[in-house]
Amino acid sequence: MWALVKEYYHKFGSPKHFYELTGKLLPWFAIPAVLCLVVGSVWGLAFAPADYQQGNSFRIMYIHVPAASLAMSVYVMMAVAGAIGLIWKIKMADMVAKSAAPIGAAFTLLALVTGAIWGKPTWGTWWVWDARLTSMLVMLFLYVGIISLQASFDSAKSAAKSSAVLAIVGLVNLPIIKYSVDWWNTLHQSASFTVSDKPAMPPEMYLPLIVMVFGYYFLFATLLMMITRCEILEREVRSRWVARVLLNRPLKKN
Amino acid sequence: MNPVRKKRLIVVFMIAFGAATIVGLMLFALSENLNLFFTPSQIANGEAPLEKRIRIGGLVLEDSVSRVKTGLVVEFVITDNVSHVTVNYEGILPDLFREGQGIVANGRLNQQGVFVADEVLAKHDENYMPPEAMEAMKNAGHPMEEEK
Repeated sequence: MWALVKEYYHKFGSPKHFYELTGKLLPWFAIPAVLCLVVGSVWGLAFAPADYQQGNSFRIMYIHVPAASLAMSVYVMMAVAGAIGLIWKIKMADMVAKSAAPIGAAFTLLALVTGAIWGKPTWGTWWVWDARLTSMLVMLFLYVGIISLQASFDSAKSAAKSSAVLAIVGLVNLPIIKYSVDWWNTLHQSASFTVSDKPAMPPEMYLPLIVMVFGYYFLFATLLMMITRCEILEREVRSRWVARVLLNRPLKKN
Repeated sequence: MNPVRKKRLIVVFMIAFGAATIVGLMLFALSENLNLFFTPSQIANGEAPLEKRIRIGGLVLEDSVSRVKTGLVVEFVITDNVSHVTVNYEGILPDLFREGQGIVANGRLNQQGVFVADEVLAKHDENYMPPEAMEAMKNAGHPMEEEK
């Protein structure tokens, strides 16, 4: 058992193995991503019933909610990968953490922008400095800080180290985002979906949302693998297996 | 675990806990100031400053909205089911503004205890419903609050 764990650990830590494995896995994430996003957006944007108060403008939720939820999950994943890189000095974990940052930043921005577009007709304002919106903006700044830290070091090692520390410190922001709507009076409403209660909307409204959430997570996995693969090729450019990949030859010698 | 890694693991945990403690204490110290708005009860208790720009939030009391014949001046009462505050506002109200709806208003509380707002925002709750379902519920004499 232990030997197996150890073997897995070494294999997964090896960029070459990661490259081969993700090459095989990619279509299994890319195809469901496209399917879920197409089905979810057509269902949510065209067929789900309109809200009794907001009318059709509530439909932006199908873009906004999964983006916000994914942005937070990506942050946790990035910080954990960064911590693994710090503690066990696994290069692969550093590369995954680095690749996750721009994706997370993009989804945070998407959540903020769609939220503002929804806020204008619903609340009457694009932006308000309430705890939920502000903590989400702080997360965007954290992502931007991590991306800039990654870019500002010549050595990949020190870049990984410093950005992992920033990512770990920034983790405290996550419970603040999540519970801001419960701890303080905010303009942003509290969660419509909780573990304990049934959703605050009927199934014909939340089912498309669930499909969209799956679509977003599959999309993230696909993007993360693609960006990490590029990162691997860039870093391992001097190794012989990368030369074979770049010359379009099979990875294994026959 | 190898002692070097163990040390690094402890350092990582210490960073995370240290940051969490600092931020936790800061939030604890700031907790009241992080509220976006005062509730009518807080105003009744005199917690809100007079003649200073603040926000208040609550539900628009049923049958309390009255408009002046000319102009855009509107007066209504907001409540948290405990205390009431009269709000005076001149301007265009958001689409979602209606009696029973949560709102957040930005303005000043004058000496008479009337809140003079210069901005009114509608607060949406976490419930979503198709119009037909709302209609059916109304017909059954079943207000939304009892549904929960």
